[in-house]
Amino acid sequence: MSILLNEKTSILVQGITGSEGLFHSQQMLDYGSNVVCGVTPGKGGETATENNLPVFNSIEEAQKEFLIDATVIFVPPRFAANAILEAINQNIGLIVCISEGIPVRDMKKVKSALNNSSSILIGPNCPGLITAEESKIGITPGFICKKGSIGILSRSGTLTYEAIDQIVNVGLGMTTAVGIGGDPIIGSSMIDILKHFANDDETKGVVMIGEIGGSMENEAAEWIKDNFNKPVVSFIAGQTAPKGKRMGHAGAIISEGSETADAKIKILKKCGISVSKTVSEIGETMLNLIEE
Amino acid sequence: MKIHEFQAKELLSDYNVPIQRGYVVYSSNEIEKTIERVQNEFNSDAVVIKAQIHAGGRGKGGGVKFCTSTESAIDSANKILGMSLITHQTGLEGKLVNQILITEALNIEKEFYFALMFDRSKNADVFIVSKEGGVDIEEVAEKTPDKIIKAWVNNETHSLDDAVNTVIEALSLNSFKNAFEIFTNIYNCYSNSDCNLLEINPLVITEEQKIIALDAKVDIDSNALFRQEKISKFHDTSEEDPLELKASEYGLNYIKLDGNVGCMVNGAGLAMATMDIVKHHGGEPANFLDVGGAANVDTIKNGFKIILTDPNVKSVLINIFGGIVRCDRVANGVIQAVKELNLNVAVVVRLQGTNAKIAKKILDESDIELISAETIDEAAKKAVGLVS
Repeated sequence: MSILLNEKTSILVQGITGSEGLFHSQQMLDYGSNVVCGVTPGKGGETATENNLPVFNSIEEAQKEFLIDATVIFVPPRFAANAILEAINQNIGLIVCISEGIPVRDMKKVKSALNNSSSILIGPNCPGLITAEESKIGITPGFICKKGSIGILSRSGTLTYEAIDQIVNVGLGMTTAVGIGGDPIIGSSMIDILKHFANDDETKGVVMIGEIGGSMENEAAEWIKDNFNKPVVSFIAGQTAPKGKRMGHAGAIISEGSETADAKIKILKKCGISVSKTVSEIGETMLNLIEE
Repeated sequence: MKIHEFQAKELLSDYNVPIQRGYVVYSSNEIEKTIERVQNEFNSDAVVIKAQIHAGGRGKGGGVKFCTSTESAIDSANKILGMSLITHQTGLEGKLVNQILITEALNIEKEFYFALMFDRSKNADVFIVSKEGGVDIEEVAEKTPDKIIKAWVNNETHSLDDAVNTVIEALSLNSFKNAFEIFTNIYNCYSNSDCNLLEINPLVITEEQKIIALDAKVDIDSNALFRQEKISKFHDTSEEDPLELKASEYGLNYIKLDGNVGCMVNGAGLAMATMDIVKHHGGEPANFLDVGGAANVDTIKNGFKIILTDPNVKSVLINIFGGIVRCDRVANGVIQAVKELNLNVAVVVRLQGTNAKIAKKILDESDIELISAETIDEAAKKAVGLVS
């Protein structure tokens, strides 16, 4: 078991002929992901990757020949919201948007469309998700992952890799790692992903990595206290971040007191969640918690 | 992207929102005739001189003067234009005032606070208003939070009606027939201009019973500038930290801080976590620097150039998690950059991920002085140890 993604999940790549899309489609295929086709408007009829995957002009065209479970979006930010809306319109179950730099106003439209659909959106501005030794959607390096019992969920890309690496190195291994994205508006919140981990028997514990800005960690902490029975280790990046400055991620900006790392850590602890003091202790903290 | 008050007012005016009128002055020889023009055109003997810088707290810092005579107006304008204005947001060195706004003076009866922004937890735009306007709103929020009223735009129907009516009620503006239209126009300005924040403090009622925006502060979503031709031209690079500006030209994300341990990291989250662990081990990070996913020789070289422009930097900590980028390539990039740039600070390198072991060997065997580390913890301790 795993969450959201397994070896059977059939994947379409939006923006498959662009340099990023092409490179990562190949990486996904090499990892074993069931990537079946791609879409680039105007390039229908061509093929892409070493596997000669067919390219279609639209998702609708692709769906005439393939059953699509998931799509991953590698299109430039100014077109990315429309790519998400197209996927929602075509009822794709899982939509993963890697693109960084989508205007907030565009994401407001996407959010409304999502509310009236059955699609799940991961991202944007995220590394995607990976189920160890089965499949990956996005850009997470596959070789660092080993199957095991810990689920990982994070707002940051390289911190996701760091957490995977530590969890694997302490011998626990992982089920699925989900990078939910660093933008102010994202498709799936921490609570949304935690609900999936709660229902997955193989996942025995969860690493949850947050950062400054917004209040998602605070809401997740309260939710965990009342609803989640598995061990959780959290880490919050940005304890030294100055107020009012955007720290790389569009969503990583402190505009009020409750959005600081210290405030979030306080709430997490109050809700009984173990917080790793530094980024290098995530793996060990989880190991200690699991062994207790 | 922040813009100036006069630019923000121009945007509001484009949406028929009544503003306090005035003209911008860039050089001292325009001062006298502009004051005269404001006095004549807007029928206002008294004028207000307002420094145009991006930082808040201009009034308290002496950057805003209400002048009842032409002489005092000329005097104040000459003092403010070109001054180094220090506010709680500028730092001790202050901010050079390159332009001033000369406006009509209004007979103010009431001052309100007004703001529009996106509420991430409710996933909706929110109007924030208070009858306690013209003052530091953070102080009001802390001491008397019940005096701040929030009204959310319906994120299903996108109808403004309920939110605007709540605002009108909260500010007791029911007798103003154009209030609904004005607040709707402000919202349209906010939304169509891709604002992250539109703040009017104060929004005033004049003795003549008019609703007028006396000030305006706007922050634009930089990701949307491709479709905001007019606003893009409002970009004032003199308001930005020169190093941060230089870094953005290199495609790097850099923020200067006050410490002495320079940090070069790939990924924003890991970059913050690296700063944090430097602090944890008793050091102070000199900067935030995210070199992005594809760290290569050029990005590393440019990263060094930016970090080392800061004279406070005594050691540099490089922390790269090589995913798609192989660590051996990053290691060779670091060596090449260090050689070419003739560095005279200690460099600690921690590479993890693809080919990390090969990379460590390359670093250890190179003829340049680099300190390698396996974990972030070890790297941070070493980088801090070198400066203390």
